[in-house]
Amino acid sequence: MAHTLNNKKSEILELWMKNQLADSGLRDDLISNKDLRVQSEELVNALITNLNDNNINNSESPDFDKVTELLGGISISRARQGFSPRETGNFILTLKEALLEILRQEPSDVNVLFEESLKLSRLLDNFTILTFETFIKGREEVILRQTDEITDISTPVIKVWDGILAMPIIGTLDSARTQVVMENLLQKIVETGSSIAILDISGVPAVDSLVAQHLLKAVSATRLMGADCIISGIRPEIAQTIVHLGIDLSQIITKASLAGALQYAFKSLRLEVKRSALEVKGITNLQ
Amino acid sequence: MILPLTKDTIQVYREQDVVPFRGRVKEYAVKIKMGLVGQTKLITAASEIVRNMLKYANGGETTIEIVSRGRDNGIRLTFDDKGPGIADIPLAMKDGFSTGRSLGLGLPGTKRLVSEFDIKSEPGSGTTVTIIMWING
Repeated sequence: MAHTLNNKKSEILELWMKNQLADSGLRDDLISNKDLRVQSEELVNALITNLNDNNINNSESPDFDKVTELLGGISISRARQGFSPRETGNFILTLKEALLEILRQEPSDVNVLFEESLKLSRLLDNFTILTFETFIKGREEVILRQTDEITDISTPVIKVWDGILAMPIIGTLDSARTQVVMENLLQKIVETGSSIAILDISGVPAVDSLVAQHLLKAVSATRLMGADCIISGIRPEIAQTIVHLGIDLSQIITKASLAGALQYAFKSLRLEVKRSALEVKGITNLQ
Repeated sequence: MILPLTKDTIQVYREQDVVPFRGRVKEYAVKIKMGLVGQTKLITAASEIVRNMLKYANGGETTIEIVSRGRDNGIRLTFDDKGPGIADIPLAMKDGFSTGRSLGLGLPGTKRLVSEFDIKSEPGSGTTVTIIMWING
């Protein structure tokens, strides 16, 4: 049987492609016919070349390593591209149909044909299961990444003192995120009647020109609301990068640490933080 | 002579691909023991180019390589897109020039951040940007 299939490799591919293209669920918006053909051809080649009468009952035979690898790659990439499980499953199920069709065209005894079809079916069913397993794994990765991103998005505004707000930004600052940050911050400025806002970027891994532009916008918006905005948490390597990039942040009050920003805020609100007299006495006594 | 040691290709076609891509670049930079400033410069440069690629060419393919030249090791990043291309490269490399509404610092800033910078573009068929950051650059 393996021999027969090997001789009819191109016919199998043609039939399979025909089946796939005829399928109403074909996603030509996600994958071009050319790419689909390349994928299909690779898989047919890998499967038929490695198939022989000994390993047909054993889908885990090392002969099929190449097939497994290909299927894994295809289903993971499909999971990421947004194919549904049914569409991914159909990919391999239509191959089974094509193979069985070719087998039927061979003149042979009904019983033999039945035996052979059964074997082939089993083999391909195993491959289908494998495809699904990998597909789900691919989806799970997507979910994990999204979870990470959601955690990134949560941006609390903290009232650190009367009239002073602080907003620690952690993670990447992209356009959508800046929008959330800005909305939260401006809203909170109105609610608390604060006059100073501190944006702390200690947790932002890299400040590129887009992030800088977003920061500049946030600062301008807070100023329009009548509040001052201080950017704190600029690490030495970030400072160097900003200078090399040529971003001009000179009109903005920037501080190396949140503590520095807080001190500045206290000063401009004419507040003073002092150790209480009792404690000062206590310390002198200890000495 | 610049010898590539390892090679990794990443497709960047969506905004969400930027963060994992930057993570991968960082991994490689840490692997060859690049300093913190160098790492940050490289990551920032990479993120500039990738954003450009997403914005103007709807994404493309990036290659991360560890390269060696004599006793110096470095990271080479190649960004290949099939976008509209850049008609006037000298103009695009000027500070403050942008066809979008950005600060116009992406390309010239990137050039200042990295050790070596090369841009090739063919209007209508795409742009390829190659940057190298040497450890001792």
